[in-house]
Amino acid sequence: MSKKINLTIDGINVSVDPGTTILDAARKLNIHIPTLCYHEDLCVAGNCRVCVVEQENSRTLPASCATPAAEGMVIHTNSGKVRVARKHIVELLLSEHNADCTKCYKNGNCELQSLASQMLTGDHMFLDLVPDKHYTIDMFNSAIVKDDSRCIRCQRCVRTCEELQSVSALSVAYRGNNMKISTFFEHPLFEVVCTNCGQCVNRCPTGALIERNYVDQVWDAIYDPAKHVVVQTAPAVRIALGEALGMPPGMIVTGKMVTSLKRLGFDAVLDTDFTADLTIIEEGYELVERLKRALVDKDPEVALPMATSCSPAWIKFLEHTYPDLLPNLSTCKSPQQMFGALVKTYYAQKKKLDPKNLVSVSIMPCTAKKFEADRPEMRSSGYKDVDYVLTTRELAIMITQAGMEFDKLPESHFDNIMGMSTGAAVIFGTTGGVMEAAIRTVYEVVTGREVPFESLNITPVRGTEGEVREASLLITGTKPEFKFLEGVELKCVVANGLAYAKKVMQNVKDGNANYHFIEIMACPGGCLGGGGQPIPTNKEIRAKRTQAIYEEDLGMPLRKSHDNPEVQELYRDFLIKPLGHKSHELLHTHYTPRKRY
Amino acid sequence: MSESKLKRVDLIFGEYSNTKYKVLADTLKRRNEDILEDLMESGLKGRGGAGFPTAMKWKLAADAPSDTKYVICNADEGEPGTFKDREILSRVPRKVFSGMAICGKVIGAQKGYIYLRSEYKFLLPELTRELEMFHEHIGKMGFDFPIEIKLGSGAYICGEESALFESMEGFRGEPRNKPPYPTTHGFMGKPTVINNVETFVNVVMIMRLGPVQFKLLGTTDSRGSKVFSVSGDTPIPGIYELELGMPLDRFVEEFGDGDTKAVQVGGASGFCVPRKKFKDTIIGFEGVPTGGSMMLFNSSRSMYNVLHNYLDFFEEESCGQCTPCRVGCQQLRKGIVAVKKGDKKAGYLDQLLKLSESMKITAKCGLGQSVANSFSSIVNNFKEEMIY
Ligand SMILES: Cc1cc2nc3c(=O)[nH]c(=O)nc-3n(C[C@H](O)[C@H](O)[C@H](O)COP(=O)(O)O)c2cc1C
Ligand code: SF4
Ligand code: SF4
Ligand code: SF4
Ligand code: SF4
Ligand code: FES
Repeated sequence: MSKKINLTIDGINVSVDPGTTILDAARKLNIHIPTLCYHEDLCVAGNCRVCVVEQENSRTLPASCATPAAEGMVIHTNSGKVRVARKHIVELLLSEHNADCTKCYKNGNCELQSLASQMLTGDHMFLDLVPDKHYTIDMFNSAIVKDDSRCIRCQRCVRTCEELQSVSALSVAYRGNNMKISTFFEHPLFEVVCTNCGQCVNRCPTGALIERNYVDQVWDAIYDPAKHVVVQTAPAVRIALGEALGMPPGMIVTGKMVTSLKRLGFDAVLDTDFTADLTIIEEGYELVERLKRALVDKDPEVALPMATSCSPAWIKFLEHTYPDLLPNLSTCKSPQQMFGALVKTYYAQKKKLDPKNLVSVSIMPCTAKKFEADRPEMRSSGYKDVDYVLTTRELAIMITQAGMEFDKLPESHFDNIMGMSTGAAVIFGTTGGVMEAAIRTVYEVVTGREVPFESLNITPVRGTEGEVREASLLITGTKPEFKFLEGVELKCVVANGLAYAKKVMQNVKDGNANYHFIEIMACPGGCLGGGGQPIPTNKEIRAKRTQAIYEEDLGMPLRKSHDNPEVQELYRDFLIKPLGHKSHELLHTHYTPRKRY
Repeated sequence: MSESKLKRVDLIFGEYSNTKYKVLADTLKRRNEDILEDLMESGLKGRGGAGFPTAMKWKLAADAPSDTKYVICNADEGEPGTFKDREILSRVPRKVFSGMAICGKVIGAQKGYIYLRSEYKFLLPELTRELEMFHEHIGKMGFDFPIEIKLGSGAYICGEESALFESMEGFRGEPRNKPPYPTTHGFMGKPTVINNVETFVNVVMIMRLGPVQFKLLGTTDSRGSKVFSVSGDTPIPGIYELELGMPLDRFVEEFGDGDTKAVQVGGASGFCVPRKKFKDTIIGFEGVPTGGSMMLFNSSRSMYNVLHNYLDFFEEESCGQCTPCRVGCQQLRKGIVAVKKGDKKAGYLDQLLKLSESMKITAKCGLGQSVANSFSSIVNNFKEEMIY
């Protein structure tokens, strides 16, 4: 099979491995064939047809993304025939499309738009079909807007939802001229199994699937002199924001981000990493507590394995798909919501502010967190704990609106209190990170010693996408009060992307898994690949973001959550102890069983 | 029709033998290579429309390495104006089963399916009874080849082979990318031979007559006879088995009403031949091929309406996944309306002709690729009717 295949593209000879598509072969030669339905993360659909090329001695023009290179093929990517066909195809797409770019959220970052401008469209080659279409817009969801009038029916979203997330909230409905992307019985997204993960948004080439944006509401709050506006930023934002502002992937822009937020006019720029550290303490103690109930009290009710709960798309997925496994979820809120609950209580007290004048904004790599913030149970401060959730992309828009040249900004530090964090919190942004952070703390709490890994890097739980990672850690030399854990081999499993989460949970459900602790992040790669992150996304980009996160962790003076002095202070002055009364009131939550249909 | 000028044939529907499944029993005793050799020699081409050489298809599937293979009989018959497969299945189902079983033996398949157009559900009881008998007989021959009937999903596109597989697998009927082809990646991703109902009957015919006698019918490029569904402006609509390779003028002489101005050969996805070209048109793979539909139009018909109907059909029956077909069909239909109404100048037809050419070469499957056939043949031959 290793025999190479030789073909000619635009007069240049090239040898490729069997199975390579014409598109990839051309890319090897730095020949860029336009694509729309093709996406590296997804299986090939071959439906838009803009990637057609001319193949000598073939009656038709094959779609280069879907056609494997064959020995002796002679391909022309830019012949007259190809140009005419390609132009026809783009014009056809536009004739069905509400191409009102100036009123579109994706203006300037739209694959259809750039292709159209490349092809010099605009001479109204064909009839405008839009007036007869009666397209619908679904804006009933707090996280995602689906605008059918901008949809080119490439089915990237359908493939994303099915292949990467195994949710299948979106499907193709009807035939022919009426074919559209739809949901179960055309219900609005908020009524179906959609988890709000936003992975489809990340891959939609047009403005048909976008996050619901709250940019103007946040500006209004900033401009309102009566309001004290607090902003928190999630770990994965600081290693991706630059991409949306013209920088290459993999840049750590924490300091610039903080500066930009201050210049935007937020009254306090704080860090979700602070509550990520807090989550580790609460979740770590919760795990130990559950293990104690299982091992010492022999409580048959205790739900093990325990699964992490900081990814709201994962939560909604479980609520729909395995409602009977909800007791296995940690009751810890996500760091965003812990933060929100503390801002309007602890922070308000310390800063002597009236919580009713506090507006809490979060910058998240995530669209599901918009939905999470709107959950009725997320009001434990007596107010809406998080008022507005913006994605990394929305923040980039605000920075651009404010006229800042981001890459030239100086760096600055988070404000206090609730602005301090450790490396353990930073790695929350990547798959395996919560697990690693938790182990760093739990091991030390239980044994009084640091985890036995070089530089605290727990490499067995680190990894990439497309896999379920299992790891185990032998606990020895426990402190007297944790004697029951002596000799216990802590079994952990890490999965990212809901398709992999489903595999793990099905195993748990079938009783085929003897894990203690499960880390799930709904998005491929973890939060760094979240649905609110800069577009485009692909494996290579996500790998660079991962690298940046681990770099940032290594560079932090503190690397273990329990060493965070501000967290220690929070316990001393306010929470008293992990899993205490106040914690339960503010930091823990409950879940809602939901149906699949 | 006593002094018929066209050679009527009665091979498809005729009785072969008094002994049930005799041809099958005889053929099962033969070596696979010999069967393939005969098929190759016969020159048989698929009767489903595309005209792929049947022997080659079977050979490819036979050579594909896999423990699991399938034989599928395409009885989706969705082309407007075609009803010959229904006739075959109701009159000579045993020949169809026999052809499938022979294919199963040759390629090494364990199972056969008949994908039956949902409108033909009424055939189910009879076919099920016949199948029971078939399974009994074939069991006695020492060959295990169960055949199962699957009802279609009611969409024209599901007659396209790869969409048919998707539909059988429980998915939406959307054509797949090709390559890979069914002979290596068909139903359930396994090597599959899919043939039209009539193709399987032809195989049995060849097994009985031998390739030499089979070749006496038809022309070099179009061997054998074919079942035609004749409809439209004709005094004698119905099903006719005729020799392939006949000139269209003789067909019109026989079936026309004396005022035929055009014949649509091969249904909506076929070609429209105007009167002035009858004489030079051969019905067969070397001329105008057809899956069986022959629709005659006399001078009272508006070819604009005919085309509009076809485009309406395509616009709705396209699966809608690929751009050229989904949007192209809408543009073509709305385009001719706009020209007719005067909203667009007559020159717009040329633009549309170019578009149909693009559809022909860029659409993902045969449906979108074949819209240009009727479109260009009607628009080019009846331009005045499109404009005035
Ligand atoms: C839109 C479309 C519809 C089709 N419908 C049928 C059909 O109803 N019956 C059929 O035998 N072939 C149909 N075909 C052709 C099949 O894809 C396939 O070529 C055929 O079943 C192969 O059989 P043959 O080699 O015996 O002709 C259709 C093709 C297209 C593109
Ligand atoms: S989706 Fe793209 S092409 Fe369409 S209106 Fe928006 S920016 Fe313009
Ligand atoms: S919503 Fe976006 S991704 Fe989905 S089919 Fe439409 S354009 Fe493609
Ligand atoms: S947000 Fe996630 S779950 Fe919802 S439709 Fe998109 S990919 Fe599917
Ligand atoms: S050509 Fe038409 S029927 Fe075929 S795949 Fe494309 S849209 Fe579907
Ligand atoms: S990119 Fe190849 S068909 Fe869409």
